[in-house]
Amino acid sequence: MNEETQLASAPQLIRLFSGNAVELRPSGAWIAANAGALEALTDAAALELRQSASLRINMAGVAEIDTLGAWLLEKLTRQMTSRDRHVDVVGVSEKDEGLIAEIREVNRSVPLAVERPGLVADKLEHVGRAAWKAAEDIAVFLQMLGALCSALLSVFRRPRSLRLTSLTYQLYKVGWQAIPIVLLITFLIGAIIAQQGFFHFRKFGADSYVVDMVGILVVRELGVLIVAIMVAGRSGSAYTAELGSMKMREEIDALSTMGIDPISVLVLPRILALVCALPILTFFGSMAALYGGGLVAWLYGNMSPPIFIERLHDAISVTHFEVGMIKAPFMALVIGIVACSEGLRVKGSAESLGRQTTTSVVKSIFLVIVLDGLFAVFFASIGM
Amino acid sequence: MDKAAPRVAIRVTDLVVGFGRRVVIDHLSLDVVQGEILGLVGASGSGKSVLMRSIIGLLPPQGGTIEVMGTPIGSASDRRTRAIAGRWGILFQRGALFSSLTARQNVQFPLREALTISDRLLDEIANAKLEMVGLSAEDGDKFPAELSGGMTKRVALARALALDPAIVFLDEPTSGLDPISAGDFDALIKTLQKTLGLTVFMVTHDLASLNTVCDRIAALADGRIAALGTMHDVLRSEHPWVRAYFRGKRSLMLQPKGS
Ligand SMILES: Nc1ncnc2c1ncn2[C@@H]1O[C@H](COP(=O)(O)OP(=O)(O)OP(=O)(O)O)[C@@H](O)[C@H]1O
Ligand SMILES: [Mg+2]
Repeated sequence: MNEETQLASAPQLIRLFSGNAVELRPSGAWIAANAGALEALTDAAALELRQSASLRINMAGVAEIDTLGAWLLEKLTRQMTSRDRHVDVVGVSEKDEGLIAEIREVNRSVPLAVERPGLVADKLEHVGRAAWKAAEDIAVFLQMLGALCSALLSVFRRPRSLRLTSLTYQLYKVGWQAIPIVLLITFLIGAIIAQQGFFHFRKFGADSYVVDMVGILVVRELGVLIVAIMVAGRSGSAYTAELGSMKMREEIDALSTMGIDPISVLVLPRILALVCALPILTFFGSMAALYGGGLVAWLYGNMSPPIFIERLHDAISVTHFEVGMIKAPFMALVIGIVACSEGLRVKGSAESLGRQTTTSVVKSIFLVIVLDGLFAVFFASIGM
Repeated sequence: MDKAAPRVAIRVTDLVVGFGRRVVIDHLSLDVVQGEILGLVGASGSGKSVLMRSIIGLLPPQGGTIEVMGTPIGSASDRRTRAIAGRWGILFQRGALFSSLTARQNVQFPLREALTISDRLLDEIANAKLEMVGLSAEDGDKFPAELSGGMTKRVALARALALDPAIVFLDEPTSGLDPISAGDFDALIKTLQKTLGLTVFMVTHDLASLNTVCDRIAALADGRIAALGTMHDVLRSEHPWVRAYFRGKRSLMLQPKGS
């Protein structure tokens, strides 16, 4: 029945001209449901009003009116009054008076025009801001590192202030719960490397060196790198989102007003958990990758397990293993610091939470790879 | 249509809502007549927001039926419920503004979804709505995180009223407003009711609002409607909680002089 009434009372705007004076007779339903038609009607009328000397609006025919309709008519009267022309509004029904009066008061202030900079200036500003942001990123990273160190120092002074419950819970989440997926992925990577090795090395009859390649690559580089990248995507993003939504809901402000340092309560346990968990995950991941490689060597490369182990024994030394494991806690530290500081940089909106989470993952993966490169240079120079 | 019999905008019959084993709304029935302003009062935690959320289809009832404008309300994802959702405006207790849109864009959002009008008119309507709830056009450029508590309420109110809906649900619209703005709000609701025939379902603790704008008052206690009627009727109720509420120290202003 609602559609019927709307059709029956389609809005109209009858225009009567007598000399320079115009009379407008709106009729029908001047409500938001007819917004498109109403805007067209009043726009057309506004064009004609440009030449006229006085305006009279007779509202007697209006069946229904709401804010939108009232505003459109008000706009017409303002167009006239702004040119000092006379406007008469008559026939307003008693029930509509309040709304018409209300609308007469609104939109009186003229908004200040915002100055748009030119294209070149815009681009330059963009570059400047980006450079400034890069410097700021480094500062934020160092600040977080410093805050973390001071929190750690106070834990050393008063060991009981360490949030043990939180630490174990985080360890459970980033360590224990990550084991299955880490094992699966590293197993597959190990298997794929071995398969590719056999496929290509076979042409040179260098089958047996595949074991050296798989062993060194996995234990020294790939194991830790892949696990770190997975942890950055899995736990780093979770850290940023958790801290970010706490920031959004002023939970972090509440903590600090209670005299509790958010760094030592929220950040320290999370980063410590990562620093403990990543080496363990790396160890398991490397083992799974070697296992995958061994399996492929046996099934695809026709190399029996005892021979594979024998060759592996010759190929990798404790040094290789150490090189891999030493890197793990540093990578964890970088991931943790980036994730937590990005989380604390979230502003009030849901959009900024999403943006900061993306930044956190991209940045920590980038830094992990850069760090790996730096370590490679370092270990090469000390001959490890 | 029969003009004599009042048409019912919201009909709640025998509603039961609970969480787990805890029953919050217990066999509650309530009719809201079209064009009236109904004020719902009740102790903190008595289930006012829960009742409102179940009427608008956000909480599935465990029993009973709900009709809004003659349409039965299912879950919020139900097609018929969504169709009717275009005709109501809702002010949530905590504002529920979209955090990545500015205040003005928040008000424009329902307009943009429902109407095809020019961007300029959209801006003008949104500014008009913001001014009607007592904000300035400059406040429209702020993001929800930059608004004060009372401003958040007002933007949420402007958004609820954006389309001049037939029914508005307001959860504590005046809490967090100073008495002057609360008075302006009361006047605005009254004007809109008069012109647009608005039906208002309003949860409020504001005794002044209850006294000046509400046509009827419903008191919620123990999961049911303990008293229902005009201020005059409710003041005479003998329900102990209703008595304590309306005849306590803070509600002295409601008492007729000399009694
Ligand atoms: N999602 C939920 N899960 C479990 N319990 C809930 C949930 N939402 C509300 N409740 C419970 O239902 C009861 C009623 O809550 P409701 O929010 O309706 O209170 P209220 O009457 O609006 O109070 P106030 O005036 O403080 O806003 C409370 O006891 C609350 O704990
Ligand atoms: Mg509530």
